[in-house]
Amino acid sequence: MDLKDKLISSFMAFENNVDVEHSVHDVRVAAMKNFEIKGFPSKKEENWKYTSLNSLQKTDFSIFPKQENTLEYKDVKKYFIHEIDSYKIVFVDGIYSSYLSETTHDGVDICLMSSALTKPMYKQVIDVYFNKIASKDESLTSLNTAFSREGAYIYIPKNKMPKKPVEILHFATGNEASLLLQPRNLIVVEENAELQVIERHQSLTSNEVLTNSVTEIFAAKSAIVDYYKIQNDNATASLIDNTYIDQKDKSLVKIHSFCFGGKLTRNNLNFYQNGEYIDSTMKGVTILGEKQHVDHHTLVHHKQPNCESHQDYKGIYGENSTGVFNGKIIVDKIAQKTDAFQQNNNILVSDKATINSKPQLEIFADDVKCSHGCTIGQLDNEALFYLQTRGIPEKEARALLMYAFANNVLASVRIPELKTRINKLIAKKLGVNLGFDL
Amino acid sequence: MLKIKNLHASVEGKKILKGVNLEVNAGEVHAIMGPNGSGKSTLASVIAGKEEFEVTQGSIEFEGEDLDETSPEERAHKGVFLSFQYPVEIPGVSVTNFMKTAINESRKAKGLEDMPAKEMLKLIREKSEMLDIDRKFLSRSLNEGFSGGEKKRNEIFQMAMLEPKLSILDETDSGLDIDALRIVANGVNKLRSADKATILITHYQRLLEYIIPDFVHVIHDGKIVKSGGKELALELEEKGYDWLKQEATV
Repeated sequence: MDLKDKLISSFMAFENNVDVEHSVHDVRVAAMKNFEIKGFPSKKEENWKYTSLNSLQKTDFSIFPKQENTLEYKDVKKYFIHEIDSYKIVFVDGIYSSYLSETTHDGVDICLMSSALTKPMYKQVIDVYFNKIASKDESLTSLNTAFSREGAYIYIPKNKMPKKPVEILHFATGNEASLLLQPRNLIVVEENAELQVIERHQSLTSNEVLTNSVTEIFAAKSAIVDYYKIQNDNATASLIDNTYIDQKDKSLVKIHSFCFGGKLTRNNLNFYQNGEYIDSTMKGVTILGEKQHVDHHTLVHHKQPNCESHQDYKGIYGENSTGVFNGKIIVDKIAQKTDAFQQNNNILVSDKATINSKPQLEIFADDVKCSHGCTIGQLDNEALFYLQTRGIPEKEARALLMYAFANNVLASVRIPELKTRINKLIAKKLGVNLGFDL
Repeated sequence: MLKIKNLHASVEGKKILKGVNLEVNAGEVHAIMGPNGSGKSTLASVIAGKEEFEVTQGSIEFEGEDLDETSPEERAHKGVFLSFQYPVEIPGVSVTNFMKTAINESRKAKGLEDMPAKEMLKLIREKSEMLDIDRKFLSRSLNEGFSGGEKKRNEIFQMAMLEPKLSILDETDSGLDIDALRIVANGVNKLRSADKATILITHYQRLLEYIIPDFVHVIHDGKIVKSGGKELALELEEKGYDWLKQEATV
């Protein structure tokens, strides 16, 4: 049985375990129908031209983990930003781990999607926001919607800011030979409220994991959201991340994607600007080797006047790794005075590494500023020579130059301990000890 | 200290150096002058070990050792320093951290432990005061957004920190106004000593009013065509390079 058929038949089993009378279930059923019709995307589709899901579909993934698995904090501590205090929403093989988590209802709700989808007190928020910005057309998003049951639920009321950042962590223990995870997150940040989130998916063994995640973020008027994605998984873990952001007047949403590892990583970031004076920012550092593959697909839909968007993606590709950057910007006719900026710079450090970079601009307004730039190159030999003449060996000199290349993306990370951690990950990824903390 | 014998070098099959002979001893300052394209910057890069240049004939000896097959970093560890005409920008790495890395990599190559932090700070303070460098400057990203003068001063600061035996200054005067030139020249003069040598590569005589050389060489078409004392520089300033080109062809 291929994966699609298995998923369709699993849906019936799934229905035995959820409240089919809840209004959310109608949404699930409709989504399942869409997935049944569309199936997995193939390379024939323009959006999936460079990323193949064929081999993943041949894997016999478990759809539901058979048992609850526990982890000791000391064994997974290194995956937390443990230098700071944070709220934590932690899942082990897709199941909430209350032992590793720290949730709150103190003025803000930082808790579980499973509660939000079942308890009456959340019904109003769910009715207003759930599956409202996520695509009803895109098949993998529909697949996630159909099986939506668990994930992070964050609600920040007007003028509030949680005392500390929120970490969302997903661990895969490898107790299943191969496991499919479909977390579903809903994040609502009301007017003038603020939130910082750090998200990470981590497989702990070499057993295969596929995560198909959907996150909906609603940023109301003047809300500020900082979202950091750490993607440094092992060589048998794949991630399809579908993030949808709805922004209202004067809101500011920044998403950083740090992509340092994983078999296949697909980031679909979709920004919808439903207001004026909005700022949407996407930054990415990608450093890959081996046969790793990443595909950054971004969309910014400028639907109202006087908004800005900024995209800055830096990629360093070694060995047989492959990368894709596809940045789509749509500027509606009404969206005058839009300022859209997009940049994608890449360094190939191996003859066998590949990058496909494609800006896609659809501009229907006439008074806008849209700029985009893309470079693909090697390290500058003159710069390398400069460092060597200062006594820095070639390997360290290369690393220093790559660090300098990726560095400006880090400048906007607002949690210093996270920045330090990312710097260390970069240094480790580049295989050097530079004698000082980057 | 440095013995260059019949040095031929080419880049991408193009011959640039065509038989350079030069001997530099400890305590000496040599100026190498010449028109654009004569090969003077190439000579500097070849001494420092730039791999794009292929040495096809001849040899470079540094303190009795043949430098053939020696990487730029190994040459740096032996005490060769090249001040660049166009120093490279390294965003995100401060001048201080860059110097720490450079010094400790040299120490590592010599089998020494990292320099203790306290000692490093003392050294940085001492050298930056000597060159009138503001402390704030040291925490800025290396060369990023530096003015021409700041870049060159930073090169001399690096030279002071690394204490090389042989310093090659490639067009250190280019792009500097007279005040910046004076500051840079002062720095170089303060670092002169009996056990160190300096090679100044320059197009103009101007720099040599501030750093007085012991010897002046004129390079043309990949060869040193005339050598003399500091008065040769003045003669060049007066007459230009054309008479030498003619003399060389005859």
